[in-house]
Amino acid sequence: MAIVQTVALTKRYPGSAEAAVDGVDLETREGEFLVLLGPSGSGKTTVLRMIAGLEAPTEGEIRIGGRVVNHLSARERGIAMVFQSYALYPHLTVYKNIAFPLKAQRVPRGLHREKVERAAAMFGIGRLLDRKPRQLSGGERQRVALARALVRDPSVFLLDEPLSNLDAKLRATAREELQKFQKQIATTTIYVTHDQVEAMAMGDRVVIMSAGRVRQVGTPAQVYDDPADTFVATFLGSPPMNLLPRGDLLVGFRPEHFRPATPDGPAAARFSFRVELAEYLGAERLLYGRLEDRPDAQEVVSRLPSYLPAPAPGDTAAFGVAAEHLLFFDAGSGRRTDRRVKP
Amino acid sequence: MAGALLLLPATFYIFALVGVPFLLAIFYGVTDIKVASDGYEIVGARNFRGILASPTFRLALRNSFLFAVSSQVLVIACATALALALQEPFRGRRAVRFLILLPWVAPISLGAIGWKWILDSIYSVINWVLAAAGLVNPMEPPMWLGEPGLAMVSVVTVHVWRMLPFATVVLLAGLTSIPRDIPEAAAVDGAGFWRTHFGVTLPMIRPIVLVASLFGIIFTFTDMAVVYILTRGGPHDATQVLPSLAFFTGILGGDLAGGAAISLFLFPMLLAAALLMLRVARRSEVT
Repeated sequence: MAIVQTVALTKRYPGSAEAAVDGVDLETREGEFLVLLGPSGSGKTTVLRMIAGLEAPTEGEIRIGGRVVNHLSARERGIAMVFQSYALYPHLTVYKNIAFPLKAQRVPRGLHREKVERAAAMFGIGRLLDRKPRQLSGGERQRVALARALVRDPSVFLLDEPLSNLDAKLRATAREELQKFQKQIATTTIYVTHDQVEAMAMGDRVVIMSAGRVRQVGTPAQVYDDPADTFVATFLGSPPMNLLPRGDLLVGFRPEHFRPATPDGPAAARFSFRVELAEYLGAERLLYGRLEDRPDAQEVVSRLPSYLPAPAPGDTAAFGVAAEHLLFFDAGSGRRTDRRVKP
Repeated sequence: MAGALLLLPATFYIFALVGVPFLLAIFYGVTDIKVASDGYEIVGARNFRGILASPTFRLALRNSFLFAVSSQVLVIACATALALALQEPFRGRRAVRFLILLPWVAPISLGAIGWKWILDSIYSVINWVLAAAGLVNPMEPPMWLGEPGLAMVSVVTVHVWRMLPFATVVLLAGLTSIPRDIPEAAAVDGAGFWRTHFGVTLPMIRPIVLVASLFGIIFTFTDMAVVYILTRGGPHDATQVLPSLAFFTGILGGDLAGGAAISLFLFPMLLAAALLMLRVARRSEVT
């Protein structure tokens, strides 16, 4: 068990003007499931690789369990990592793959079988121990990679998009299982993904990154309901938050909060919404259209549960947003602001 | 149809330059033909019995194995070390890679003549250095090409020097084809340099190593360039190998039938090695 901390962690690649990772300060909590979320190129994998010791930081410090580990090699850091490709050793059987870290760390030979079998049983791959990786399905390979990472009780567990090579159905079950295992072993875990559903579903806290910087750290509810800036506000949620320019401010509200206004409802903002396109998605309906009563006829999206009656394309209806769901951002910096403006 | 047409020139060349001499060698091997004779008689296996009884042939056979196996073992060991070193990024890596390729692209006769001077009994720079370092008596320097044991060592060394670039390039290509994740996973799993390479990356490229060494063995068994230029098989046949013996017997000695029998002797074994190589190459495509 250990806390991982990064202080002003920076990575610059030679020949590139922009820093890939730019002064990242992070601190996990004991046994926490921390998710690094961001679009590709946001530096999240580079942060993970620096923590693992696979890449040297240009500046800044990495601490594991309070100890600065910058000068330690990957093998000396006592961490386990699951790679996006799983990186199984193709010439070794599943048993030997899982036993590899034990051998490498000189765990007494007599303990190998028991430890390997326990790790394999944990992921339900006990019957695959004699197979080679190429004889396994994607889901089985992923489990072997997890078993190999967990077999030696690491102090920190790093996962680099471990679910991205699975098909959608398998991904949902794997997500659930992974979360259960993490709670069970209670090892500090850092998980990198570009999939916001994974981040929201699994993370105790989510770190949102863009262009090498941390934009916000918080629980899934915090980053979704209370985004620190327009990047976080629009990166999370699908479809993204509606943003209306009003002077030097931006007014934001989520599509699900933009709903038909009842005549006596307490809506803080009322709009005349002309629907141009409707998408029926089963549980919900997305309505794309314009705010007809505003001078710029802004395009907005509404997301309604499909059991609610909705205006058809071509119709205009009264829509509103409750006061607590209106967020205000500075148009220049994109940061949240206490200033208010009429939507 | 167009495909067959395009294959025709290559097929013709292979038949004319490999097929005809090969069939001719089989035919000569069972006759008593000489360079100057105007007739011949079929003598069956007499030539083969004859060469088997000849001490020179048996020495050359032993030398051939010694030469091929020892040089290939050295080539693979050195090529592995070089490929691992050249895989790491360092300043001047391109220049070093180019220099290592040089012995391969330079004509062997040129390189071997250079070596002939390096190993010369009077002008040897090696002896000069050893004498200056006080390691050998300058009045009685080692005769690199003149003493049976040393001559074999010299011939093997030069052949290793010659074969090394190709094997290095093949191994380097193999190592480069391993996804970067795998050695990284090994590092995170706690493996150091030796375990990463001897436990993971080298076993992964084993089929490639095998093909490279089979290729090297076949090539070495059928090649006589280094031996011919450096020692002409001497001293006292100490470095005589089958291809050089076949050449001296059949072409320079005029005994076409004897030379053909010698050159055919290893054919079944090399054919088996070549088939094995093809098999390994085909299997190694499946990763």
